[in-house]
Amino acid sequence: MILFEYVDYGLLRVIWWVLLGVLLIGFALTDGFDMGVGALLPFVGRTDVERRVVINTVGPVWEGNQVWFILGGGAIFAAWPPLYAVSFSGFYLAMFAVLAALILRPVAFKYRSKREDGAWRSGWDWALFVGGAVPALIFGVAVGNVLQGVPFELTPDLFSRYEGSYYGKFFGLLNPFALLTGVVSLAMLLTHGAAWLSLKAEGPVAERARRIGSVTGFVTIAGYALAGVWLAFGIQGYAIVGEVVTDGPSNPLYTEVERTASWLAAYSERPWIAIAPILGFLGMALAVRGLRAGREVSTLLWSKLGIFGAISSVGLTMFPFILPSSINARSSLTVWDSSSSHLTLFIMLVVTVIFMPLILAYTAWVYKVLWGKVTEASVTGDTHNVY
Amino acid sequence: MELDIVELSRLQFAMTAMYHFLFVPLTLGLSVLVAIMETVYVMTGRPIWRQMTKFWGALFGINFVLGVATGITMEFQFGMNWSYYSHYVGDIFGAPLAIEGLMAFFLEATFVGLFFFGWDKLSRRAHLTVTWLVAIGSNFSALWILIANGWMQNPVGAAFNPDTMRMEMTSFFDVLFNEVAQAKFVHTVSAGYVTAAVFVLGVSAWYLLNDRHTRLARRSITVAASFGLAATLSVVVLGDESGYSASHTQKMKLAAIEGMWETHSAPAPFTAIGFPDKEARETHYAIEIPLVMGLIGTRSLTEEIPGINDLVDEARRRIESGIVAYDALMTIRENRDATPAAVRETFEANSNNLGFAFLLLRYMDDPREATAEDIARAADDTIPGVAPLFWAFRIMVGLGFAFIAVMAYFFWRSSFCQQSYPRWALRLAVLIIPAPWIAAELGWFVAEFGRQPWTVDGVLPTALSVSHLSVQDLMLTLAGFVTFYTVLFIIEMGLMLKYIRKGPFQDVEETEAWEARHEHRLRTHDGQGPFADPEYAS
Repeated sequence: MILFEYVDYGLLRVIWWVLLGVLLIGFALTDGFDMGVGALLPFVGRTDVERRVVINTVGPVWEGNQVWFILGGGAIFAAWPPLYAVSFSGFYLAMFAVLAALILRPVAFKYRSKREDGAWRSGWDWALFVGGAVPALIFGVAVGNVLQGVPFELTPDLFSRYEGSYYGKFFGLLNPFALLTGVVSLAMLLTHGAAWLSLKAEGPVAERARRIGSVTGFVTIAGYALAGVWLAFGIQGYAIVGEVVTDGPSNPLYTEVERTASWLAAYSERPWIAIAPILGFLGMALAVRGLRAGREVSTLLWSKLGIFGAISSVGLTMFPFILPSSINARSSLTVWDSSSSHLTLFIMLVVTVIFMPLILAYTAWVYKVLWGKVTEASVTGDTHNVY
Repeated sequence: MELDIVELSRLQFAMTAMYHFLFVPLTLGLSVLVAIMETVYVMTGRPIWRQMTKFWGALFGINFVLGVATGITMEFQFGMNWSYYSHYVGDIFGAPLAIEGLMAFFLEATFVGLFFFGWDKLSRRAHLTVTWLVAIGSNFSALWILIANGWMQNPVGAAFNPDTMRMEMTSFFDVLFNEVAQAKFVHTVSAGYVTAAVFVLGVSAWYLLNDRHTRLARRSITVAASFGLAATLSVVVLGDESGYSASHTQKMKLAAIEGMWETHSAPAPFTAIGFPDKEARETHYAIEIPLVMGLIGTRSLTEEIPGINDLVDEARRRIESGIVAYDALMTIRENRDATPAAVRETFEANSNNLGFAFLLLRYMDDPREATAEDIARAADDTIPGVAPLFWAFRIMVGLGFAFIAVMAYFFWRSSFCQQSYPRWALRLAVLIIPAPWIAAELGWFVAEFGRQPWTVDGVLPTALSVSHLSVQDLMLTLAGFVTFYTVLFIIEMGLMLKYIRKGPFQDVEETEAWEARHEHRLRTHDGQGPFADPEYAS
């Protein structure tokens, strides 16, 4: 196959960096509200019927939404194998906690309705809470740690080693900055979940969701701003030393890397990226306003915009770094030295170009079929086909 | 017992994968069976077929969700526990996993929600389309996973790149049309169909024994037995295809399964029963069937199948060549572009055996320091556990033939004996419900345990594939997964049994009324077909 050589390796790497962002944002926009709804469940639904309304707003779609997460994992494996190898083993116990929470969630959705008794159902309600809140928090904590650099280094064989004892390392993840980003992530997805409930539910459930959502939305904005300030003054950045080779072999050790004063230098080099944090603030602020005013469709769209802005601001600020190392800067993974081979990136791009539009089309069709509010009458009237 | 990182990682992978595969085969098969039932419903308009679709669909749902939940772990644990493996072969192995998500899992998961929630929101045909898309998605999922797994068994279309210290893809088509992957795909999917057929047959037989839901049960048996007969034949034929492809791609695995220590002059006999002894390198009390092994393995009477001892000798030669490759690799790594061309050539000539040099890393840090004894010891390591493979394989094959007999019998009774089934046969059908799961798990055991000591055959040893973790980490997550999965499994079984006991509970009155009217019509309208009245012909 000679075809792939017509697409520049460096360009393919950038495309796959963008696609990685698309997948993570796709996950946050779709499964994000499922997680938010799960975490809100015990607070917005007081009676069993109310909780069933809440669950059934996401009942038919959470399964498809979750595939964004699975696909994210698969795409990192296929397009960024060093990132997959280093990060998942480095964040080992945190990953285990995420997996456990995400395993609990599908089971809770499906099994909660299969028995009538109260203890059974309230147990699964808390499982849904854990399944929503824990991953949302940990994903944010992970982002906070990536921004600070992760304590790993690569041997000449490219085996990744980690510093420190494991439990120490796990609690090391929970440093103040990372906890702040964790809270921002959780608050953001809670707001997103509230915006979804405001659209799909009605009455007291929607009312409570709007009340909680406007508070968490405010927390998101404040926390995001604080993290920005912290990043400007309290956290070192990274930069590639010397000439940047965009189409060299994927061996991180071939790139010389140094620490810099701050990540935010990126904003003077590429001022246009400021659009991302601006969209983040704007989207969240308008989502809060929408929740207060009781607007439905527009609120969800603003919340999506806010999440899009916030997540892309992290990626754009760090570019070309993907996973910097805090103990051996040279081991840091960048867009230019930790991708798959030229051929694999090309093939995966072709497959994505074919299937991603199809996925978006049939997902949109499913949402269209399910359009409309979930009401108490609709869940009590049909006990067989709903949760 | 002291377990190290490698053993704990293997144990964890085996545990999570085998748990996952408790749910997958039923998903694969039941999705298709349910789609077939719904097709009959849409074609005939008889509510009983919709009731069957919904009933088996509800059981499908209870099972499906645990397949999804345990599948999440599968996608991420390569990075968590098999970090060096992920780095070393991610360029090839990651692609089918990602394509599985794009092409198959998205389809399946997006539409499965509509399968359950869409009965009142979609037209009959639209709902049927949704059901088929779920079934197609599930089956395509298996295709891509087995392409990934097939590559671990027979790593084609890839080459080692000294600059990146990993295997990189050279031909996507070779990876895609890997003969091992194709044979394994059809074999595995057929095994899923057998599982679902035995499940539907067994549950229906239990209803007939208790004289409950007989209309649903009889029809379900007819569907299950015809589908199951085709599937059991396919699973055995494609198992044979796997054996044939193993004879030239994974000779050691095949020899171990056969307990065949010495190369036999062609055509080799098949050892039906025997007691393989790794210490003595002999299979005691072997009962041999002449010719059969040669025919299965080579489909000829003249080709030889090498025995374990000869394969160990070959491994020794490959280790020696691998050391040469390793030495050249170290020079290349030091000098990069300044490497003399002769060294590059030496490396290219021996790079196929680089993985064999890695076998020595268990005993030393630098394979170049290996003595003849070290090399002999590493070559012996290429023999997998012969006795477990020998027995697991025979139990699996025995069960496969038993399924053919059961399905053929029920197919015959259903087609030519007015769907009357003797009670002993019904009891047997209930009893064998767990058997396909045993066969499927043993099949995976043979495939993966037989691949040892490699994660990727001949390329990367298992001992080298792990992550930099501590024993405590692995103990914690292993205990976590075991506990967690076991609790979920018990809950799942509880719900399955509850819903089987409960029987069909949707559209009950409508179906009963329709059937009663229909039977009344059959008795009163002499000479007219059941669909003579346009009211029921829709």
